[in-house]
Amino acid sequence: MEIHRFEKLWVALALLLIVGFIGTVTYGAVGAGVKMVDDSGGTVDANALNEHPRFGEPGTYQAGENEYDVYVVSRQFLFEPGTNEPIRVPAGSTVTFHITSSDVIHGFEVAGTNVNTMAIPGQVARVTVQFDEARNYGIICHEYCGAAHHTMEGQLQVVPQSEFSSADLRNPDAVSADRTAPAGDDENEEETR
Amino acid sequence: MAFADEYREEAGEAIPIEREAFVDQFPHDAFIVRLNLAVAFGSLGVGGLFGMIQALHRTGIYRGFVSSADYYTLLTGHGVLLALVFTTFFITGIFSWAVVSSLDESLNDRLAKTWFGTMFVGTLLAALAILGGLTGGPVSADVLYTFYAPMAASPIFYLGATLLIVGSWLAGLDWFLAYRRWRAENPGERIPLRTFMVLATMLMWYISTIGVAVSVLFFLLPWSLGLIPAVDPLLTRTLFWYFGHPVVYFWLMPAYLVWYAILPKLSGGRLFSDPLARVVFVLFVILSTPVGFHHQYVDPGIPEGFKFIAMTNTMFLLLPSLLTAFTVVASMEHGARQRGGKGRLGWLRALPWDNPAFSGCALAGLMFAAGGFSGMINAGMNINYLVHNTLWVPGHFHLTVGTAAALTFMAITYWLLPQVTGKNLKLKTVAMVQPFTWFIGMTLMSNAMHRAGLAGVPRRTAEPQYANVEFENVIGGIAEMRLQIAVGGVILFVALLMFLAVVVATWFGERSQKLEVNSELPPALSGPENSPVVLDDLRVWALIAIVLVAIAYGPPLWSMVADGLLAPGSPPIPV
Repeated sequence: MEIHRFEKLWVALALLLIVGFIGTVTYGAVGAGVKMVDDSGGTVDANALNEHPRFGEPGTYQAGENEYDVYVVSRQFLFEPGTNEPIRVPAGSTVTFHITSSDVIHGFEVAGTNVNTMAIPGQVARVTVQFDEARNYGIICHEYCGAAHHTMEGQLQVVPQSEFSSADLRNPDAVSADRTAPAGDDENEEETR
Repeated sequence: MAFADEYREEAGEAIPIEREAFVDQFPHDAFIVRLNLAVAFGSLGVGGLFGMIQALHRTGIYRGFVSSADYYTLLTGHGVLLALVFTTFFITGIFSWAVVSSLDESLNDRLAKTWFGTMFVGTLLAALAILGGLTGGPVSADVLYTFYAPMAASPIFYLGATLLIVGSWLAGLDWFLAYRRWRAENPGERIPLRTFMVLATMLMWYISTIGVAVSVLFFLLPWSLGLIPAVDPLLTRTLFWYFGHPVVYFWLMPAYLVWYAILPKLSGGRLFSDPLARVVFVLFVILSTPVGFHHQYVDPGIPEGFKFIAMTNTMFLLLPSLLTAFTVVASMEHGARQRGGKGRLGWLRALPWDNPAFSGCALAGLMFAAGGFSGMINAGMNINYLVHNTLWVPGHFHLTVGTAAALTFMAITYWLLPQVTGKNLKLKTVAMVQPFTWFIGMTLMSNAMHRAGLAGVPRRTAEPQYANVEFENVIGGIAEMRLQIAVGGVILFVALLMFLAVVVATWFGERSQKLEVNSELPPALSGPENSPVVLDDLRVWALIAIVLVAIAYGPPLWSMVADGLLAPGSPPIPV
């Protein structure tokens, strides 16, 4: 097969470029530790979220010292919490969002951050993030979810540690209880499978 | 060089030659091509109008056409009419021309009318269901082009989509049968390049449409009819994207056919390399399908490893596109030098920029280069987080399907239409300006969309103005981007009207004694003789493609199905 000299050079450069692209993504995952949304959130029954130990009462749960789990239910056309009451977490903590939907597919994007995931009925998206400084973020639904999709937004308040209290938690007991309290999220979701 | 003189006169489109039009040689096939083009251009006009209304609405420039709730009906219409109907009908039209003209073999007329009819009825049903959303009646399909469950459309919509796809399958059958008849008469010969490209594209199409066919026929249609209570939203979404990225290549490969087979002649020369063109199409057959997970990077429920496999496959899909860039530019340069072009870049001036068929294809190719690189950002697993579901994404695909494919299709219509109607092109000045108008409109619109996407502005929304959200723009202001999107959208619609004016004027013009174009295409500089025969054995490539699909999709699909085919399930939710 006749391949011209310049074609050979071009193919070699093209392959180099492609391998380079794959290399940068691999470095992002292995070196810089960029985590993908994956299947670690497990599944839930979208039609019985009320019976779920955490999604039944969505909000911020303390999971450990300076670690919080935030459970968010997306539904037409609000985030719960987020829309009617803001999501509140303390600055400087590690926050794991657990996001699902009770009806159709929604999006969950904390504008201006890498927190960007789909909320799919029956699936739980798990995103862990660290908020260093106190500030407010807007949350938008970025997947079309019905006629009032464009009104679906919410707020995330990252507040100073001093302004965060047990009143902001769905499991206030966990604050006074010892740190052996169950982190719980994984097992709970397993139960409802 | 002997062939230079021979082909130079063909390149100058103003030299009249005796009529040897496609329509004279194959009147029945030309009729089928015309039918397909008519539906394609009709939906292009309506879909384009919806697009302009959307550009004005979502930027807040003018919201008087529809309410924000009805915006999504228009958005659905825009996506379905342009991405599915316009493209599919144009493709079945030009592929019919490509097969018949390169094999010198007519289609089966009855089968051709059957597949056209099937596709047409499907289109009418889908359009009826979508437009029903504007009436407030029971029939609606405001589910957008992706129709993610559990958002449910009227069963009429799913039925229409099914018929459109089944019709395209039958069209493929028609072309494969024509090839078989040709093969019986021409044993041992290499498949003519255009037919090879059509067959490779259809093979890819058969493999990839299985996903959406299973999703619609076994899940969404019975579910919308109430025959099954629930579907697994992640499963149907995954089956959609199994088809949803290859469909991109279903739009692009016909554009590539034009760039490889016709553009070199329009440039005044010949295709640089036939074997590499075949390699490119084979690579598309193999790599197109196992890439869909890159649309689901931020979906829960899919293990990271499979997203990584899809990422590597997606990156390797860059290879056939880069090879195409080389071959097409080399062929254009060859043509320009035959026309007397000189110098390292000076040859560019010698190209026939006043021929809209040429300039449209060349500008489309140029924009595709930009679109290809913004696509690499989408494919990058980690940077995708920044742009997923933002306006960046429509910015990207308005360069690929909206320009690389659509502008090429419009441009080559200026060359093809006279041959299937026997009428010379009318309104030549309008035609000459049209590709440049499209280019300007798209430059404004898509650059602003890309930048707004980086600032986090979401796609698919009637009103991207939120009380609690401030978008931090990277370059320029949000207001300026909005204005560019709106102005760009209007210019695009003007370009569309110019195109339709030329088409209508030509179509209803008088038949010409002499045609200014012919469908003779010069052979490639490097012919297929030197390339291995295995390139033409599409069965081998299909088998490899299926194995790759099984690796990429087998285990994740199995895990979704293992917990119950319909679980975790969701009942239909009307929009």
